[in-house]
Amino acid sequence: MGNSKFITRAHGGGGTASAELIRDYFLPAYGNSILNQLGDQAIINFEGGRLAFTTDSYVVDPIFFPGGNIGGLAIFGTVNDIAMAGARPIALSVGFILHEGFPLGDLKKILDSMAEAAKRANVEIVTGDTKVVSGCSDQIYINTSGIGIVPEYANISPTNIRQGDKIILSGTIGDHGIAVLTERKELRFESRIESDTAPLYGLVKAMLDVEQGIRMMRDPTRGGVASTLNEVATAANLGIVIDEKMIPIREDVKSVCEILGLDPLQVANEGKLIAFVPAESADRVLEAMKVVPEGTNAAVIGEVTKEHPTIVEMKTSFIGSRIVEMMVGDQLPRIC
Amino acid sequence: MLTDKKIQRRKISISGIVQGVGFRPFIFNLALKNNLSGFVLNNRLGVEVEAEGEVKSLDSFILSIKNTSPPLSDIDNIQVTEIGLKGEGDFRIVETKTDSENETTLISPDYNVCPDCLRELFDPKDRRFEYPFINCTNCGPRYTIIEGTPYDRSLTSMKGFEMCEECSTEYKSPIDRRFHAQPNACQVCGPSLFLLDKDGKKLRSIDPISEAVSQLKTGKILAIKGIGGYHLVCDAANEEAVSALRERKYRKNKPLAIMSPDIETIERYASAAERERRIIIGRERPIVLVNKLSRNNIAPSVAPHNRYFGVMLPYTPIHYLLFSVGNGGYKRPFHFEALVMTSGNVANEPISFNDGEALERLGGIADYFLVHNREIVWRCDDSVIQVIKPSGKGEEIVSIIRRSRGFVPSPIFIKNTSHPLLACGGDLKNTFALADKNRVFLGPHIGDLEHSQAYYSFQQSIEHYKKIFRIEPEYIVVDKHPGYFSSRYGREYGRRFNKPVIEVQHHHAHIASVMAEHGLDGEVIGLAMDGTGYGDDDTIWGGEVLGVSYPSFTRLGHIKPIPLPGGDMAAKEPWRVATAILYRLYGEDLCKAHPRFAERIGEKRIAPIIAILKGGINSPLSSGLGRYFDAAASLLGIEDYNTFEGEAPIKLEMIADIKEGRIFKYGIEKNGEINLDPMVRELIEWGAMKQNIASASAIFHNTISAALVDSCQDVRREYGLNRVCLSGGVFQNRFLLTKIISSLESCSFSVFTPVKTPMNDGGIALGEAVVALNRVKEKNR
Repeated sequence: MGNSKFITRAHGGGGTASAELIRDYFLPAYGNSILNQLGDQAIINFEGGRLAFTTDSYVVDPIFFPGGNIGGLAIFGTVNDIAMAGARPIALSVGFILHEGFPLGDLKKILDSMAEAAKRANVEIVTGDTKVVSGCSDQIYINTSGIGIVPEYANISPTNIRQGDKIILSGTIGDHGIAVLTERKELRFESRIESDTAPLYGLVKAMLDVEQGIRMMRDPTRGGVASTLNEVATAANLGIVIDEKMIPIREDVKSVCEILGLDPLQVANEGKLIAFVPAESADRVLEAMKVVPEGTNAAVIGEVTKEHPTIVEMKTSFIGSRIVEMMVGDQLPRIC
Repeated sequence: MLTDKKIQRRKISISGIVQGVGFRPFIFNLALKNNLSGFVLNNRLGVEVEAEGEVKSLDSFILSIKNTSPPLSDIDNIQVTEIGLKGEGDFRIVETKTDSENETTLISPDYNVCPDCLRELFDPKDRRFEYPFINCTNCGPRYTIIEGTPYDRSLTSMKGFEMCEECSTEYKSPIDRRFHAQPNACQVCGPSLFLLDKDGKKLRSIDPISEAVSQLKTGKILAIKGIGGYHLVCDAANEEAVSALRERKYRKNKPLAIMSPDIETIERYASAAERERRIIIGRERPIVLVNKLSRNNIAPSVAPHNRYFGVMLPYTPIHYLLFSVGNGGYKRPFHFEALVMTSGNVANEPISFNDGEALERLGGIADYFLVHNREIVWRCDDSVIQVIKPSGKGEEIVSIIRRSRGFVPSPIFIKNTSHPLLACGGDLKNTFALADKNRVFLGPHIGDLEHSQAYYSFQQSIEHYKKIFRIEPEYIVVDKHPGYFSSRYGREYGRRFNKPVIEVQHHHAHIASVMAEHGLDGEVIGLAMDGTGYGDDDTIWGGEVLGVSYPSFTRLGHIKPIPLPGGDMAAKEPWRVATAILYRLYGEDLCKAHPRFAERIGEKRIAPIIAILKGGINSPLSSGLGRYFDAAASLLGIEDYNTFEGEAPIKLEMIADIKEGRIFKYGIEKNGEINLDPMVRELIEWGAMKQNIASASAIFHNTISAALVDSCQDVRREYGLNRVCLSGGVFQNRFLLTKIISSLESCSFSVFTPVKTPMNDGGIALGEAVVALNRVKEKNR
């Protein structure tokens, strides 16, 4: 990928190629003090308060999958990016790029699920746009942007993270990625794995209610928990050690990952968050999370260390510990 | 230029491995003998001498330096210039001079106890009788105790031990064997041994070694601190103890190395040919793979499903004592015929070398710990070697499987000179290389960099090498693989320190490594056969017929690729690759084509693999020949899983009927693609009918060899190349290597294999370095 002169799929994969594209092209072109922070959302000071602002495009294939469709995803993905700043989402915009020949029936289903998702996330869609292009007739792309209000006390940034902080994961990993993949490739396994797509502001609110000093939150979407932890470790210039046996994962997701040879840590999630909290308040935050439906399976999965800055290490059940890396495009064989 | 005066003074600069090996006393004595005045000192170049006297004496002095240098020394270069007379009247050894020159001193590897020390160790009248840390300038620890250079006690882990009067006298006496022996010690002033229980509590035994021997005799497992790390040790004749060790270490089938008191004892259970004997008794003391005798007293689970034992002789005084403490000499009856001596680690982690870490990590495995208070500064695993004897006129070939203790950190000398550069190496059997001028310093065996301990060790060892050899890399060289931990480290290093990063293709590096070892110029045919390397077309390669020169290569042929359902999972589970091949040949009805396979694996597990293949999910294409070995082992019902790397292929090799001469069909396409599908079809039929598996395995090997030789013939016809370099882990297969070398030589090819570096990925850093230095040279031209 290093010497490619063209865009490859890996550049949009959320792994190292994406990071390189941003570093080598976007930032040099129009980087500024806010963009350069490369947060999931931008925080803008506005008339004494702070706004969280974010945008995201959705190109999932297939557009309907177990547990949801592209519409719900486009709402939840964006409100969650806002919520990760501790902010309450208030308004969304929606832009559609539709392919000529796209069935109106399918569009209706998608719009219904967007409406339902917006209601569940307690947010309104206040502006929109539609374009139609020619191409494959079963495609639809959705862009959503959103704003939210950051509470005065919230101060969420990787630079706040300290040695000894505990890392909390809000639930099982890999559900969304595996649901989409098995649907796309018509893989049939014994149990049907559903996407975990869900809005997270309710959970975030419950957490902030018991600990205003939450250091950092991220939703581990593309690239999974592995990419998120690596990004945070790099941004904080600290080490992270997680414990494999503490990471919540459904048995069926685990066994499908094994069959597919995928590392569940690198598989996408859509309704999960990772929080870095001061060690002394970890129990309190965890307790508060467990009573919210989106956080019933939450667990402390590891902690922040001073040794080996920028490296994410995982203690495994019996082969010692291994380094957890960001995904590079597709997962590639390494074993000789 | 030398003048023709009768009395002269000459400055003699000697480089190579000349420090810490008794070089200065050697020079001192030689100067006295030749009636010369002047001095000798160590500097960062090596040893510097100024000698004054008669021309005849000076000539004889210099000749003797070349011809009678101390056993552990290795002179790289001697430079002589005439300088002005000083007439000081005596010859002195001057204390180590610290200068600011950015020059490299060579450091000796860790070597076996020398005969003099061994004699003293077992001489009841010697003051070091049974002292487990005896050493002198001719032997003992070096690399593993060095914190920095110049090599001086204050920069080793001996710095905390102040020498007693007697040791100090030896250390200061230029005529003593221990003159400036930095680790010099005795029971009065030096390090001591302790026996700990598994919780780290010191046992109050009179003699830790004798107590350790008793515990081993009752079948206990001990963790023993050695030179480069901890070993897990038990009586190799005690099946119960060996099985317990396997279970606790999570090591199911991979053979365990054993140590015996002397070569005669080894020959009671294994047969060692002359060349193997010589390597076994060599001062490097590697593990050597030798043929098992059919009748032996070694526990069956030491090396199951294997024709060979990995054997070695003792190399630290502790080892010698374990075999003969209390015997009043190093003599029979030894306490053990053989001891299992396997790396002190859990499963695939690197060997433990730090005391606290060892107690923590090995506490669940060892019953007792035999430890000491001389710190191991740098981890260094045992080296492993095998010897191949091709039929016909060919000579025996030494093939290094792991180059570490006894060899590291000696450099490999190359023909060209290099800018200072760092080559980061492969990912699984990682060794890195730091190169400067005509020297390439290969790092110790580090292992799989995915393991965090290995990765940290990789980072630290690179820093250590930079420091002790004073090399600040100007270029960083990495494997092309985007996901190798080593490559990511190198790219990051380049970015951070603003150094150019040069990418080298994996198999190009493999072959360039062989070329560099043998000093080959021009273009050669490269057969690079392994499991996985990242190819120029972004697929996985590993069955490559290449036209190779140092700066570049052309892919002239390759094994037909197979999809690997589940990526790396397929390398661990050969039945997946077998399924992929069956699917290619028979489609979804594959279970009917090979009912025995389907029954053994279960259609329920095969179905999702077919779905993965159909959907193209995580099924990268690979031309790795290693995967065909995996597939063959599974299709013949020999092994469906690799619990360690190469397990299924090794079992396949071990079962082969050496006398079988037939081959299966194969094809070579116009584009050089070697199509093994016809062979696989026949193999499946044999496997399905459960015909003679030993023959099938041999025919499989014969076919691979024939196809590769054919491919070389095609290349020779078209490009006129006649030299063939072989490399890649697949050639660790002795049966295949013997066969293919014999065939190539009988077709009048000149064949070259790696002899100083491993065939496997442990050798590619050297190739990365030479490819990069040639590219830099081309660019600067």
